[in-house]
Amino acid sequence: MSVLRIAVVYPDLLGTYGDTGNGVILERRAAERGIAAELLMARSSEPLPEADLYCLGGGEDGPQVLAAERLVADGGLRRATEAGATIFAVCAGFQIIGASFPDAAGNRHDGVGLIDVTTTKGSGPRCVGEVAVDPDPALGLSRLSGFENHGGVSTLGEAAALGTVVAGVGNGAGPAIEGAYRGHVLGTYLHGPVLARNPDLADLLLRWATGSGELEVLDDAAALDLRSERLASVGC
Amino acid sequence: MGVRAMVGVAVVLLVNAASRLFRRGSGTVAGGRAGLAVDPRLLAKLAQSRHMALVSGTNGKTTTTALLSAALGSTGRRVASNATGSNMPAGHVAALVGGRGAPTGCLEVDEAYLGRVLDDTHAEVVVLLNLSRDQLDRMSEVRMLAERWRGVLEQSTTTVVANADDPLVVHAASGSTGVVWVAGGLEWRDDAGACPQCLGPISFAAQAPGWSCSSCGFARPTPSWVLDGTTAIGPVGRVEMVLGLPGVFNLRNGLMALAGAWSMGVPVEEAAAAMSSVIDVAGRFVDRDVAGTPVRLMLAKNPAGWSALLDTVADEEAAVVVSINARTADGADPSWLFDVDFSKLAGRTVVATGDRWRDLSVRLRYAGVPHETEASPTAAVALAGSGAAGRVDVIGNYTAFRDLLESS
Ligand SMILES: [Zn+2]
Repeated sequence: MSVLRIAVVYPDLLGTYGDTGNGVILERRAAERGIAAELLMARSSEPLPEADLYCLGGGEDGPQVLAAERLVADGGLRRATEAGATIFAVCAGFQIIGASFPDAAGNRHDGVGLIDVTTTKGSGPRCVGEVAVDPDPALGLSRLSGFENHGGVSTLGEAAALGTVVAGVGNGAGPAIEGAYRGHVLGTYLHGPVLARNPDLADLLLRWATGSGELEVLDDAAALDLRSERLASVGC
Repeated sequence: MGVRAMVGVAVVLLVNAASRLFRRGSGTVAGGRAGLAVDPRLLAKLAQSRHMALVSGTNGKTTTTALLSAALGSTGRRVASNATGSNMPAGHVAALVGGRGAPTGCLEVDEAYLGRVLDDTHAEVVVLLNLSRDQLDRMSEVRMLAERWRGVLEQSTTTVVANADDPLVVHAASGSTGVVWVAGGLEWRDDAGACPQCLGPISFAAQAPGWSCSSCGFARPTPSWVLDGTTAIGPVGRVEMVLGLPGVFNLRNGLMALAGAWSMGVPVEEAAAAMSSVIDVAGRFVDRDVAGTPVRLMLAKNPAGWSALLDTVADEEAAVVVSINARTADGADPSWLFDVDFSKLAGRTVVATGDRWRDLSVRLRYAGVPHETEASPTAAVALAGSGAAGRVDVIGNYTAFRDLLESS
C-alpha cells in the first residue's frame, strides 16, 4: 500500500468520548515509523471514503441510530470489511457494527452486522467507570485499561471476546468478558480514548491494516505509565 | 412574605453566620439548603417582588452573569447575584437572602435546573449562551437538555435572549413567544453537527444564514444583536464595549449580557460602561502570584471552553502550565482531552500537572507538543517560571483552577 488511509467514521455523530483521538493516535504512530498515513474525517453527509482502517466512536442515542441507518444504507463499511479492511469500533460504534442494538426507548435497530454481537437494553444501572481487561492471549497484548460508559449490554455469537474483565463491567451480559473481535474487526466498550492508554492495541490495529508483522518500537514510557496508574486506581 | 418564609430567611442567615464562624467551606450554599428545608418555596418568595434575570448554558455563565449584573446595576439599583458560581437553588436562595432589599436579581443557573428556577422566579429575561458536551461520566446528553429547555420555555412568557449561532440553543428557544436573537458565537461545533429537529446534517458557513440543516431547512435566525470588532450593534444602534476581560469569547458574553440588560430596559450606553468595570470574575483572568511566580489564572472546563481559551492565549509567549483533575466536580472521565486542540501550544514552554498529568502528557505527545511534567501544581508553576522572566499562563479545569486560586 502506498499511503495508509485511516478514516474516522462520522465524527459529527459518533465521537462523544474523545474518540477522534483514536484516529489521531493511529495516524501519528504510523507517521513516526515513516509509514505514510492519511487521516480522513468521514462526515455522515458524505459517502464513506475507501480506507484501510476505520475507527468508530461513541455517540448519543439519536445520533447512534442515525449513524447506523446511514452506514447500512451506504454499504461502504461492509464492502471494506469484506475486502479485508480493519475496523475498530468503540462504545456506540461497537454496538453499531453488531447485529442490532436498542435506542433510548428500547426499540431494536439494525446494526451493520460486521460481527456477531447483539446488544439489548441493560436491566441494571448504566455501566460507568474504569475498566481493566486481560486480553485474549491470541492477541498478544498486555492488560488493557479504559473507561466505560454505556447502558446497553452485549451478547456474543460467533465472535471471540476481546478479553476477560478484571475490573469494571464490560459487555455486561453473562460472563465477565469485554468487547469482541473476529478477523480484523474489533469492538470494545473501552474509551479513554483506549488507544492512548494501550499503545500495543494501537499497534495491533496498525499491523492488521498494513499487513506488516513487525513495527518499529516507539518510546511509550508516558502511555505505559498512564496505563499502570489507571490500572492501579482499580486495584489491578 | 409569610412566617414560614421569614423563618426560612432567618435560618439561611443563621447558617451563613455559623459556617463563616467555623470556616466550613463557603457557608452560602449550606445556608440556602437549610432555608429550603424550612420552606421549599423560599426561592419563589424571595424572587417574587424583584426583577429577575437568569443566565444558563455550558460555557460563560459566570462571566456573563457578572457582566449582566454590572449592566443591570448601572441604573443605580442594587443587584443580588450568585457571584461565586453556586448555581443551583440553594445557591440562588443564599444569593437573594444576601442581597436583601435589592430590587433586581441576576442568577447563574445550572443547565439542568433552568426549568425549576424559571418556574420559581418567573424571571423577566433568560439568557441562553450555548450547549456542548461537559462532564462525560454523567449522562447529561446535550440534545436531551436542549429538548427539556424547549419544553420549559414553550410554557413560559419570559423573554429569551438566545445565541443564534448555536443550533441547540435555537432549537430550545424557538418555541418561545419573545426571543431576542444574538450572534453569540459558537466555538465548538461537534455537538451541533446533527440537526436538533430532524438529525439531518447541519452545515456551517461564513455567509448568511451561517448554519442550516439541508434536510428540514432549520436555520440560523437573523440576530438582532451582532458584534463588529469590539462594537455591539443592536436595535438601538452601535455601542462600544471596552471590557476588562480578554478574548473574543468574553466579548460575545458581553454582547449577550448587553442584549439581556437592554431587554430589561437598561439604556445600552450605561450598561456597556458598567460592564467595563468587571475585571475579576471569581478569580479568572486576574494576575496573581503562586509561590513567588506571577501568573495569570484561567479556567476551562470542557472542549468548548478550552478551544476558546487556547485561542485567547495563542498570541502570547509566556510559559504555560496546564493542570487537569478528574474529581467529582470535574467529571471522572477526561477523554475530552482528545477533543481539545492542544497543538495550539506548540512552541511554548509547557508543563503538565494536576491529578491527571499522565493523561495530559500522553495527549500532548500526540498533539506534538514537547512538555515537562510535574505532579504538584505549585511546583509546576515554579518550574515554568524558572526558565524565563515574566508571567506564566496557568490554565486548569474546575477543581485544578480552584486549588491554584486558593494557593495564590
Ligand atoms: Zn433538520
